Amino acid sequence: MIYLYSFIFCGFICLIGQLILDNTKLTPGHVTALFVVIGAFLDIFGIYDMCIDIFGGGALVPITSFGHSLIHGALESALDNGIMGLSIGMFSLTSAGIISAIVFAFFFSLIFKPKN
Amino acid sequence: MTKEEYKKIVDKHTPKVDHIKSMSLAFFVGGFIGMIGQALIDLYSKVFNFTVKDSGTYMIVTLIFISSLLTALGFFDKIIEKVRCGIIIPITGFAHAMTSAAIEYRKDGFVLGLGSNIFKLTGSVILYGVVSAYVFGLLRIMIMGG
Repeated sequence: MIYLYSFIFCGFICLIGQLILDNTKLTPGHVTALFVVIGAFLDIFGIYDMCIDIFGGGALVPITSFGHSLIHGALESALDNGIMGLSIGMFSLTSAGIISAIVFAFFFSLIFKPKN
Repeated sequence: MTKEEYKKIVDKHTPKVDHIKSMSLAFFVGGFIGMIGQALIDLYSKVFNFTVKDSGTYMIVTLIFISSLLTALGFFDKIIEKVRCGIIIPITGFAHAMTSAAIEYRKDGFVLGLGSNIFKLTGSVILYGVVSAYVFGLLRIMIMGG
């Protein structure tokens, strides 16, 4: 059942993105940046946490979960360190994704040539 | 030529987007990627006995690896032209943007090409993610006390 929920949630977010892309003059770059901000916004009142509990992996895959993890890591460390904790812990949950994207991109660019 | 005439000509030559088709394609491909994510979480947590939270991290790293590799091999550009948001909104689009910028600008040199352009497309995601998380985090601390 959780597979169906994952499918519907992730598909629905992609559908909203496609709707914005088709009907406005925004580029894919605008849409992804917008969705990250939305993900961070939804975590102010813990809405995105509920989504992850219900929809499982389907809520972790879209780029909105990137904004969610940024603010989540920041708030977790803010409990221990006060305001400064926002800066200390912001990347604590997303670092795995960002670091692996950078490292893979670097090594693949050494090996492969551009196609066109 | 007046502005209205010009607008008519522009409208005539703008390619018509089949909204239903592009939206359903985005829905099904995006949903399929979400389902792969859940399947990977189940695989890591049941077969390798990681906690659910750790398996989520491993799942994201796996997806990033796959999409970086497919981008480097040149398959991803063709898929993105057709599917658009179905593959840009999941984390695969983030990895694709990073890898394609890295591969494209490497010919300009390692420091001025690769180094200064690798964040060309993903920089906006990181910048606005960090700024909005900071502002919203401050808001939440002030409103709800953490």
